[in-house]
Amino acid sequence: MTTAQQPEVSLEMAREFGLSEGEYNSALEILGRKPTYTELGIISVMWSEHCSYKSSKKWLMTLPTTGPQVICGPGENAGVVDAGDGDAIIFKMESHNHPSYIEPFQGAATGVGGILRDVFTMGARPIANMNALRFGSPDHPKTRHLVSGVVAGIAHYGNCVGVPTIGGETNFHPAYNGNILVNAMTVGVAKADRIFYSAAAGIGNPVVYVGSKTGRDGIHGATMASAEFSEDSEEKRPTVQVGDPFTEKLLIEACLELMETDAIVAIQDMGAAGLTSSSVEMAGKGGLGIELVLDDVPMREEGMTPYEIMLSESQERMLIILKPGREDVARAIFEKWELDFAVIGHLTDNGKLVIKMHGQTWCDMPIAPVSNASPLYDRPWEPTPAAAELEESVRALPAGKTLGDILEKIVACPDQASKRWIWEQYDSLVNGDTRYMSGQADAGVVRLPGQTKGIAVTTDCTPRYCLADPVRGGAQAVAEAFRNLSAVGALPLAVTDNMNFGNPEKPRIMGQFVGAIQGMADACRALDFPVVSGNVSLYNETNGEAILPTPAIGAVGLLPDAVMAVGIAFKNEGDTILLIGETQGHLGQSLYLREILGREDGPPPPVDLAVERRNGDFVRGIVREGLVVSSHDIQDGGLLVTVAEMAMAGGIGANLSGLDGADAGTLFGEDQGRYVLAVRPDKAAAVQEKAKAAGVPVTVLGKTNGTALTGRGGEAITIARLKKANEAWLPGYMAAAE
Amino acid sequence: MKAAVIVFPGSNRERDAVAALEAASGTKPHLVWHRDTELPKVDLILVPGGFSYGDYLRSGAMAAHSPIMREVKARADQGVRVLGICNGFQIITEAGLLPGALMRNAKLKFVCRTVHLRVENTDSPFTAKYRKGQIVRYPVAHGDGNYWTDAEAVKRLDGEGQVAFRYVSDAGRDDGLWNPNGSLDDIAGIFNAKRTVLGLMPHPEDAVSAFHGNTDGKPLFDGLVEALS
Repeated sequence: MTTAQQPEVSLEMAREFGLSEGEYNSALEILGRKPTYTELGIISVMWSEHCSYKSSKKWLMTLPTTGPQVICGPGENAGVVDAGDGDAIIFKMESHNHPSYIEPFQGAATGVGGILRDVFTMGARPIANMNALRFGSPDHPKTRHLVSGVVAGIAHYGNCVGVPTIGGETNFHPAYNGNILVNAMTVGVAKADRIFYSAAAGIGNPVVYVGSKTGRDGIHGATMASAEFSEDSEEKRPTVQVGDPFTEKLLIEACLELMETDAIVAIQDMGAAGLTSSSVEMAGKGGLGIELVLDDVPMREEGMTPYEIMLSESQERMLIILKPGREDVARAIFEKWELDFAVIGHLTDNGKLVIKMHGQTWCDMPIAPVSNASPLYDRPWEPTPAAAELEESVRALPAGKTLGDILEKIVACPDQASKRWIWEQYDSLVNGDTRYMSGQADAGVVRLPGQTKGIAVTTDCTPRYCLADPVRGGAQAVAEAFRNLSAVGALPLAVTDNMNFGNPEKPRIMGQFVGAIQGMADACRALDFPVVSGNVSLYNETNGEAILPTPAIGAVGLLPDAVMAVGIAFKNEGDTILLIGETQGHLGQSLYLREILGREDGPPPPVDLAVERRNGDFVRGIVREGLVVSSHDIQDGGLLVTVAEMAMAGGIGANLSGLDGADAGTLFGEDQGRYVLAVRPDKAAAVQEKAKAAGVPVTVLGKTNGTALTGRGGEAITIARLKKANEAWLPGYMAAAE
Repeated sequence: MKAAVIVFPGSNRERDAVAALEAASGTKPHLVWHRDTELPKVDLILVPGGFSYGDYLRSGAMAAHSPIMREVKARADQGVRVLGICNGFQIITEAGLLPGALMRNAKLKFVCRTVHLRVENTDSPFTAKYRKGQIVRYPVAHGDGNYWTDAEAVKRLDGEGQVAFRYVSDAGRDDGLWNPNGSLDDIAGIFNAKRTVLGLMPHPEDAVSAFHGNTDGKPLFDGLVEALS
């Protein structure tokens, strides 16, 4: 084989490409020779953490991934669940952390583009987007710029493609100062008998490239995303891709149009590691070989080498295996949408990846041995030591502070303040199918196009819990997602996980990962809430400082009728306010502890999965019976903050006679498995009866009433005051940058 | 009423428009691809929202030169009603069916929220089902809604009753604080001189059912059906 114009490969070069010496040696062994420069590039991305899951796979395998509702679990571009009546819901959440820190606008934008492609490549029309964002301390000099760029990038991409962004979450913590998290989720709908997969089939079938042209952007993006940051990370800007949402919109329409025909054998988007991973994965899954002629790849720049073409992460591109003779049908559709279309190769029976260009062969290596030899590590790990319980006296309300002052401070803290400044930049209404978006309900709710049936979508994680106790934190993230879906009346179907952690080569960090997986697995099992897709982002460290362990959970639930979903806002005067679930007053790792007492200690609240299930099933049941006017699960900030949010959302206050004499634990504790409901007064007795019958603790807190929260010793906390504090923080903070 | 909805590469609210038209008229509108050169016989042409051609040039500037726009202009000249919503407003303004221009929002950010509008003129099939001065709630979702024209033209628009909607408070206050994009004189939508063409930034098509939790956009479509059937 000729290797003209290719630099000479060496161990040193392999190291620069992110391979260890052991990995380089196994490459030599598999090939029986030194790889070419192009081959080395391909092997290094295939074996990168980002593409191979080499540190995480052993533990990911322990997650439950099956259930009667699961049509396709992890391993494909996205997970697929059954939504009844022949409908399938396809969804996944994926990180774009490293690129978003280096270039926030394009990094976040292409994160949205990538996850959209993962979903529509399987045949689904995307119907909802969500995002989970974590930024550094508001005081850090880069935070404003990052918030501004990430939000604008998500808006730029999501708004243009015409997919409503219906919710998400945003946290701030100094641990993310050097590594922000941008986790984007897309949910789509398809017909259950029209799902498209990525396994190639049919020797000789044409391999087709569609979408944008290939440029030099994003080369070695996957390798960059598999390393820690240091001072010179800003120099990595050229590894960040540039997104074109207009082309993506055309690509969605063109692919869905092609999927209406019978021309497609297999299809996959070119995501991380571009043409390399798509061609290798498609051929590998089909047990076939693939031969590509790179001269035929549509190119944006002149003089690109095979190495550059194979490793480019140019966006908005797909690889399709067509049935023989269907090229003209497909070409006509892509030409109508003014997209590039090129036959760039064919499937072979020799199991090899062969790359030709300028009449020369640049790569000729067996696919299965290289894929199978992708290293798998059982990294050493150590469990996180248990945090000491808090002293009992912490439950007393502090002297010298009114309850109004405390509540005002919590609802205005960066984690809890209204994110209106963010979500108003997202088109949450396009398609006309949105029932609830950010700030209106515990989950975003959209109906399926042309149907009354709806889905609820949520993203959840409480990283401060995960740091203190990864097992509990992992279980809590899943339980909270279950609760948020149940609160709106949706039946939780399945989960997508986006595991964001530090450097797995450190036993402490690996222990966080292992613990979170254990907690998640327990919760998913107990709640019949399998994991159907996911993504792992490791090495989120800068100069040795790791992020908080952040196993972000995205989840989808089903509503027989989207109109029956219930939001958080109080709607009427005189409704009875009920507390569902048991209150112990757990203050460890609570927002109250952090914001009012300036402490971040204690264990996070325990999660009783049987109780979660029982209480969630109960709340969902009475929402579906039409007995509930307003519904909100109790999470960050505890009971009083939950009631305050319902009051702020509805502009109606509450008389909380049921909380007379309550201490800080009762008011602000973050015990799990709880909800606050408002029901019409004539329905309150029936709901209490039903709760009793179901063995669910229920307490009357008071009544919706007036324009303030009242009832504890006569102190009236006006909604206007809380709302002002809650709404003012983020716009005020961002305005200071302008 | 027979209607056509024009689809450009990058249109994304055509389905919302089709649903609203179909609900009001009982008839499915024709979807017309931008590269077509002929329109079916219709009573209304709707140019929907989205990001035609990505709006990478000035919003609507590329779409205004699509083949179908020659036919849309010819039909408009014959008195066929034309409704441009959001990107559609930008496109028909770029095409010269309406005066002025739509610039980047004053705060330079995309904005999606529900706003209050005052109906300024009910002497048109678009607004006949509203009361003059009625306050309605429509959602907005745009980055380039900052309407501008020269001072002379504004006077003319006002004098001739060509201002259709203005951004106001829920109580109808027009002190400029309720304007989501910085548009001149709080203008949200305008007519042509004959009031046969309406362009507006807000989205009446996303406020037509109990499901939307808002039916304030429904009279606009009902009014068209009543006038044009």
